[in-house]
Formats: sequence, structure tokens, C-alpha cells
Amino acid sequence: MSAVLVVSRLAKSFGGVHAVREVSFELAAGELLALIGPNGAGKTTCFNMLNGQLAADGGSVRFEGRELLGLAPRAVWRLGVGRTFQITATFASMTVRENVQMALVSHRRRLREWWRPTARLYREEADRLLGRVGMLEQAGRACSVLAYGDLKRVELAVALANEPRLLLMDEPTAGMAPQERIALMALTAEIVRERRIAVLFTEHDMDVVFAHADRIIVLNRGRLIAAGAPAEVRASAQVQQVYLGSRGAH
Amino acid sequence: MLAVRHLDAYYGRAHILADLSLAVGTGEVVVLLGRNGAGKSTTLKCIMGLVRAAGGEIEFAGRRIERMEPYEIAGLGLGYVPEDRRIFTELTVMENLEVGRQAPRAGAPAWTPERLFSLFPNLAEMTDRPGGRISGGEQQMLTIARTLMGNPSCILLDEPSEGLAPVIVDQMAAAIRSLKAEGLSVLLSEQNLHFATEVSDRAYIIEKGRIRFAGTMAALAANEDVRAQYLAV
Amino acid sequence: MLSSFFIQTLNGLASASTLFLVAVGLSLIFGVTRIVNFAHGALYMLGLYAAYSLIERLGVTPLGFWGGIAGAALAVAVVGALIEMLILRRIYHVPELFQLLATFALTLVIKDAVLWAWGAEDLLGPRAPGLRGSVELFGKPFPQYDLALIAIGPAVLGALWLLLNRTRWGTLVRAATQDREMVGALGVNQKWLFTGVFALGAFLAGLGGALQIPREPAQLFLDLAAISDAFVVVVVGGLGSIPGAFLAAVIIGLIKAYCVGVGTVELFGTTFAFSKLTLVAEFIVMAIVLVLRPQGLLGRPHGLQRVAAAHVEQPLRPAGRALRSAAIVGLAALAALPLATTGYTLVLMIDILVFALFAASLHFLMGPGGMVSFGHAAYLGLGAYGAGLLLKAAGWPMEAALIAAPLVAAAGAAVFGWFCVRLSGVYLAMLTLAFAQIAWSIVFQWDAFTGGSNGIVGVWPAPWLAPRPAYYLLALALCGGAIWLLRRMLFAPFGYALRAGRDSPLRADAIGIDVRRVQWAGFVVAGACAGLAGGLYAFSKGSISPDSTMAVSRSIDALVMVLLGGVQTLSGPVVGAALFTWLQDLVARGTDYWRAVLGGAILVLVLAFPQGIVGALRAWSGAREQR
Repeated sequence: MSAVLVVSRLAKSFGGVHAVREVSFELAAGELLALIGPNGAGKTTCFNMLNGQLAADGGSVRFEGRELLGLAPRAVWRLGVGRTFQITATFASMTVRENVQMALVSHRRRLREWWRPTARLYREEADRLLGRVGMLEQAGRACSVLAYGDLKRVELAVALANEPRLLLMDEPTAGMAPQERIALMALTAEIVRERRIAVLFTEHDMDVVFAHADRIIVLNRGRLIAAGAPAEVRASAQVQQVYLGSRGAH
Repeated sequence: MLAVRHLDAYYGRAHILADLSLAVGTGEVVVLLGRNGAGKSTTLKCIMGLVRAAGGEIEFAGRRIERMEPYEIAGLGLGYVPEDRRIFTELTVMENLEVGRQAPRAGAPAWTPERLFSLFPNLAEMTDRPGGRISGGEQQMLTIARTLMGNPSCILLDEPSEGLAPVIVDQMAAAIRSLKAEGLSVLLSEQNLHFATEVSDRAYIIEKGRIRFAGTMAALAANEDVRAQYLAV
Repeated sequence: MLSSFFIQTLNGLASASTLFLVAVGLSLIFGVTRIVNFAHGALYMLGLYAAYSLIERLGVTPLGFWGGIAGAALAVAVVGALIEMLILRRIYHVPELFQLLATFALTLVIKDAVLWAWGAEDLLGPRAPGLRGSVELFGKPFPQYDLALIAIGPAVLGALWLLLNRTRWGTLVRAATQDREMVGALGVNQKWLFTGVFALGAFLAGLGGALQIPREPAQLFLDLAAISDAFVVVVVGGLGSIPGAFLAAVIIGLIKAYCVGVGTVELFGTTFAFSKLTLVAEFIVMAIVLVLRPQGLLGRPHGLQRVAAAHVEQPLRPAGRALRSAAIVGLAALAALPLATTGYTLVLMIDILVFALFAASLHFLMGPGGMVSFGHAAYLGLGAYGAGLLLKAAGWPMEAALIAAPLVAAAGAAVFGWFCVRLSGVYLAMLTLAFAQIAWSIVFQWDAFTGGSNGIVGVWPAPWLAPRPAYYLLALALCGGAIWLLRRMLFAPFGYALRAGRDSPLRADAIGIDVRRVQWAGFVVAGACAGLAGGLYAFSKGSISPDSTMAVSRSIDALVMVLLGGVQTLSGPVVGAALFTWLQDLVARGTDYWRAVLGGAILVLVLAFPQGIVGALRAWSGAREQR
């Protein structure tokens, strides 16, 4: 299986503090890779370098052979990388359907049109995507009134709009109830497997991680300290010590 | 000391707290356990008047406080320590304490900077350093010390162990135990069961804005089901 | 040469002191209350008038003079405290723009109060007893009073530093600047803290004004002049930074003084009048600072800060059949109006149409675009002057000149907008103001080309459009068409992309939208529409002047129109423009104090309907539907 994403020796420091040091890993099509680690381990920093929001100090990030470092987020997206945010980012003044339509309009490069109403563009396609994530009934509602779990689903539909080959999901289930988390992640896993999308996600909920990740990489203090199948990572003494162990005395 | 009855709260249309009731006795340490987004912080903010309750009653020191302004509530001797610390980063450590200073209060321990420095020795060495240039653990100590400067009889502590190194978490636990020894009542919110067990007398478990369990720490320790359902990571 | 340089330096420092006094109060108030106090210039003016009367009463003795100045500053502080307690306290929770609107309304009320109390004549105060003369410095005479002023600036800076850093009150103020809510949760009653800060800010503004008494006459236009100077100083220094305000005041004071000192110079064969630069110098400094260091010289970088137009907006809904029919009937009625009257009503209607387009174009920028412009009149003016100059100087036919008006304005908007979209929130608003002022001063000073302050006369429409009904129908067609076009754009992907960038720049970027580029395009479109309005305005009046088209007050009129109608609605700006223009006309004919009436009406509206009129109507009908 060839790698869709190859990250090598990625590094970043803030004012002399090494937030991410020499992190390297690969990701194959259709694979779900979880990035875990304690608060402040560098997960978000790592993530933001991959998606172009933060400039890296060194290393390289190759997506299908193309270097992503140095590209703006929108350019990364144009190459076929979708993303969801830890705190959902949607267009609050638009309906659920319009949010997806905007992504489709942008994908087809029709943002500059100024005559034809947006509402008529790619409506069926948007509805198909919304149907896939179970949000079709709420397609006409404003995003500002949705429940949090539903916003996460909208984000997923938006992220799928440009037919991505790689999906970056920053804490996809943060702030959701346990049952909802499992359901959302199960849905995500199903969709990405049928479309052979590679997924990199960070997550705090270990139930979600162990239930859905094909592989796990663990960050601590900016360094990659473990990588492997869920069972291996779970068994690692070092991981136990820095992360899983301290999370609760049960 | 503090009693909350049938509290309801909304953010926009989202129902955050539903029919929530809890009580804290004098000199008692009570923990509100639950996951991210369960409603712990909102409960504390509601009590403090920072989020308006849509319904229900809150009673503190014999007064109804649910319609009061935060400064009036603080004036009654209820202290609030926010989750995100909210240190005044441009003020020095000493100035941060000064902002919290209130007149001594009958029936509550009286604090001076010197006494607080013996509780949190790290702070004593950096009185002139700006609040933005001390470590996360020191900020957590400072935010508690700042609230104690108001000489409260009860404090609300929002996730004091979050994001702290294990060593600092231990210091924090010791500090809370000594506050209890001074006779202070504490309502804290936590996700870390281990930390909560070390310092608390009783626990409430909150999930989706509702209380799902109430009992002593021993009862919680004995109840595997509740822990698995609401607290398991 | 060197001695005149020193003298100009001293002159610059003297005016820097006054600038600092006004600006520092504005900065303090903003830091703690987050309100951009537009009325600050009015408080400055009030200080000057109050000092005039007090000194007259107390007598021109050293005690009377300095006592009068102190008394004036204290009186202004009391006025400030009253304003905070009676008005601002009720609007801390409303969107920033409405706060701004309220303080602007206060400016109008104070101006008319001053007009009522002191009359329209300029009042020149006495010179300071004991400091009337001048001293010999560098071989030239220099007024003693200005030396005193030079000392007062740093003295006030020092006193403020002590107050803020060495007293409990000051510690609380600094804490509240960072996190007011937390200060409240620690048991501090913020209400009195806010009142105190506002009173202190007002005191400083009043003091700044009062100290000017021997230097310049009390005049009614000083409020707007002072507020724009103070804005510039605060923005250049960094919002909320007191040393920043001082540094900026010194820099701007000195640059202005040197411009005067250099005078007219021959450069590369052309005469270059540096003294004329004084009007724009500060705005050029501000534009440069904002582009290079958006947070100001000593300000701290803010996160992405926006002037929140209002709470979350509802999704756009295409007009239903009823609304569409109503619009058609309405347009038909408007088109038939010349059958009913050809009198003054038509003149007023042309004004309303022009300003409806002007307001709609501003709304396009600040509503969907999320970019609040304090200088939208620049594009109205560019359109008006573009048309006027092409007609008179280039000899174009009127029709061609009118068509060119939006293009001229669009070109201006493309240049200004390119810089503006790099900023956000209050900073963006200030930069738009700076550009508008620069445009205004160029037009104002370039006598040979633009006619200077007299403007251009004889800008009449072509003969076939000269009859009033014909011109009215032209205005109706063009304004109606342009507004309709703006509406189309809002519903099209371009408008959606604009709103996307406003709602969530993060998400917009993550789905491939180049937010800055879209905003820039939005700027150009809004500029073009304002330019068309300007062209129509020019030919409807027959003459144009810098003040009637480009002045700050025009920009503010447009803001008021949009806010009156409601930022969240598309019909809001049109309703707001109609109401504002009609009210202004009605009140101006009925009383000399139309500003006070207008200001009072705005205050009532802001306090009663913080969503604007159309927004309030919609909320009200929405509530009825839900019942």
C-alpha cells in the first residue's frame, strides 16, 4: 500500500520551546490514523502545520508526492485535503445545505459568479452528501440553531465536498455525548473506507480511538513516542505512563 | 452553606443545565464530576452569576443569589476560580492578588499575601513578575490565591488539575486539603477522578446537564456501573 | 535654519500635549469599557467653551484663569459621568456599532447644546496671565504659554502612570482592561469603575480643550476635528496604550510642525507645498502604521477582532411572492410620482434615492462583508468629483461623465481596499477613515484642479435630463437598478463567499475561499455603487464641494442610515436612508436644533431597538408567527 501522506522530521518551536520535534509518520489510503497524547503534547501544533495554518520550522509534509509546507490552507484544500475543526467552524448565517453548497461551489471554482442564486447550484449534490451524514432532514435549518453533534456532521459533509483523498479531523468528537461519539466515528469510518480516504485524527476519547483507528501514533512533549496497531500502543509501558495511566484510576 | 435547586440554563437554544440540584455543607469539599461539555463549568458560572439561570434557585449563606450580580455574590463571600485561570497577565503576581483583596469576613479564614505564600511557596519568589510570565502551574496557584484574597467562606474551583504536571497536581491536592482544614467550603468541578477522590468528601456526577449520581466518594468507588457509564475515558 | 528647526520642534511638542490629552482619555475609556467614544471630541469642545465662560466669570487673574481651566475640566468630567450613568451603562451589552452610534448621537446633542448656550459666534478667550509674553529661544521669540503646554503633556503622562500603577483604583482599572468579567467575579463593582474611568477620560478631554483657550477660539466644528485627531493618535499609538498615545501624539505633532516649517519647496522643478500636507500628514502616518504594524506602535497584537455587526444573522430567504408584488407596486408608485408632483417632494425624493443607494452600498460592505467603513463618503465624493471634473475639466458629455463616476470610485476603492482588507474590526474602520480624510484633504487643497473648498459649480445634467421629473426617473432607474444588482450579488456565490469570510474566516479558508480577495472585490463593488450615487448627487445639485460629498459627517450619515434600518436586513439601509433623509429635511426646516433632535431620536432608537427598525419589526413579526 503506497502512502498518501508522508510526514518527515516535522519541527516547530515557539520562543525556544520545542512544541513539535522531528515527527515522522506515514498514512495510506483508506487508513484511519489516530494521533493521541496528553494536553500540550503538540497535537494541535502538528495538525496546524499539516493543514497550512501554521508555518513549520523544518521537515516536510508530502501529500501524493507534493509538498504541503508553505501552502496556504486554501491551497492545501484545493489539492484534495478536507478538514474538520475541534470547535466546529461553519457559516452560522447560512443553512446547513448552503454550507455544503458553498464548499461545492468553491470546489468547482464558481465563487466569482454574481448573478445566478447560490441556492440553485449543486443542490442535489449537497443533499446527497447531507443524506450520507444523516443531516438531510435538517438541510433547511440555520447552522446557528443546530445541536453541536449535528454541526459536527455538517462539517463532515462539507469536508467531503471536494472529494478529498485525505481528511484531517481535529478532535472530531469533542464536546459530544458518548453514544453520539461512537455513532459519528462509526459513520466517518464507514464513509472513508468506501471512498478510500486516508484520515488523520486527534482524539481524547480512548473508546473512540481504540474502536476505530487502524493505527495510533502517540506524541509526548513534541516527540513521537509510540506508533503501531491499537493493541501494541495500549500495551506500551511508556504510553501507559504518560497518557493512559494518568487519565483515571480505574 | 450553598444550595442549588432545580437550576435550568441555556446557551442560545441549547439546554445546558436541566433541573440541576446540589448542596455544599459548611467545611465540606464536594466535587462535580463529568466529561467535557457535561455542564460542570456552566453550573459554577451560573452559581457565580456569570451565566444567567433560566430557572431555579441558588442560595448562599442564607441569601437567594440567582438574580445578583457577580460582584454582589463575591461580596457575600463566595469565591470563584475559573477553569481557564484568567490571570491578569499584564499585572504582577502581587497586583493580581491586590485585585482580589476584600475586607476580612466573620466566619471565614482571613488571608494575607504572606499566608498565601506559605500555602503556595512558588509564588513567594515571583511577586513582581507579570502574571503572563509564570508557568501554567504557578498561574493555577495564583488564580486560587487571588480568589482567597477576598476572604471567602466558600469557593468554586473549576477543574483545578487540568493541564498540570502530576507533581503540581499533587501540590494542588495538598492545598485544597489545607483549605478544608481552615474551614473553607469547596465546590470543585473535575474530570480527573483520581484527583477528585484525593480531596473530596462527596461527589455529584453530571452528564448532559443533569445530575446522574450523588453520594459519598466511598459510594462512588463502590459503584462500578456509574463510573463506567459516565466517567470512563 | 537650525534655529527654525528647533522652534518648529517646540511648536510640535506644544500641540502634541493637547493631542495627547484628548487621545489618552479616549484610549483609557476604550481600554476599560470597549466603547469607542465618538463623543470625545465633543467633550473636548465643551471644555474649551466651559473654560471661556468660567474665566470670564472668575476674572482674568492667575487664579481665575487656572481655576477656570480646572473647573472646566471638572465640569466636563461630571458631564462624562452623567453620560456613562444615564446612557452608556444601558448599552454595554449591545453590538459595538450601536455603541458608536449612540456616542455619535451624543456628539450631535452636545453640539446643539453648545450652540444654544454659547451661540454660533467664534469665542476667543483671554491669554494666560503671567504667560502672555514670549521668550527668546534660538534667537526667535517663542510663546511662554506654549512652553507651559509642553511641560503639561509629560506631567499628565506621569500623573496617569502613578494613578494607574501606584493606586488600588489603577490596579483595578488595568485588570478590568484585560478581563472585566473576572474583576466583577472577584467582588469589584465594575459599574463605578466604568463611571470613574469615563469621568477621568472626559476630564482629560475637557482639560485638553480648556488649555487651548489662549491658542484658538472656541468654535462649533472643533468636536469632529478633535475626534478625528484623537482617533488617529490612539490608533497610531495602539488602542489602550497610554505611552503609545504619548509617543504617537509627539510624532504627529512634530511631523505637522515640520510640514509647516518647511513650507513651499522646489523639488525636481515643481513647487511642493509641504504646509498643505498638515491636514493629511497624520492620516498618512496612520495608514503607514496600520499597514506595517496593525496593532499600533506600542499596542499589543489583538486576535482577529471584528466589529460585531450584531448577533447571528438569519439565513437569506428569497423574497416571497407577497414581498415581490409589494416591491413592484412600490416601484410603480415611485415611477408615477412625477404625475402627482413636480415640486419640492421630487427634490427630496431624488436625495432619498441617492442616499438609499449610498447606504445600501455601505451595508453591502459592513453587513455581508463584515467590514465597517468610517470613510464611505470617500467613494461618494470620488464619484461626484469624477463626474464633475470629467464634465467641466475634460469636457465630457454629461452622460459619459455619469457612467464614469462609478468607475472612478471603484478605482479608488480598489486602491484603498487593498490595504483595508489586511485589517479587521476597529482598525479597519480607522483605516477607511484615514483614506477618506486623505481624499478629502487632497480635494480640499488642490485648488487649481478641484476648486478647493469652493468645489465645482455648474455641474448640470444634459438638457434632456434637466427637467426635474426626467432626472428623478433617471435616479430611480439607476439607484433602483444598482440596489437590485447588489441584492442579486448577495444571493449569488460572490455574496455568499463574502458572508462566508465574515462568518468563519477559518472555515472559508479551509474550503478554498481567498477571503481577502473576496473582501477586496466587495470593497470595489461597494465603492462603485457609492460612486454612482455620488455622480447622481453631483448632477442633482449642480455643484459639489468637499464638505457636501467627502466629509466625515457624510460617512457618518451613511453609518447612521444603515444602523437605523438594521445591519442584518437587506431592506434596512433603504428604509434607514429614507427615514434619515426625510427626518433631517423635516427637522432642519422646523428648528435650528435639528442635530439635537436627530441625536435624541437616534439615542431613543438605540436604547429601544438595538437591532434597527427593520430588524425590530422582523423580530416582532417573528414573535407573532411563533405564537
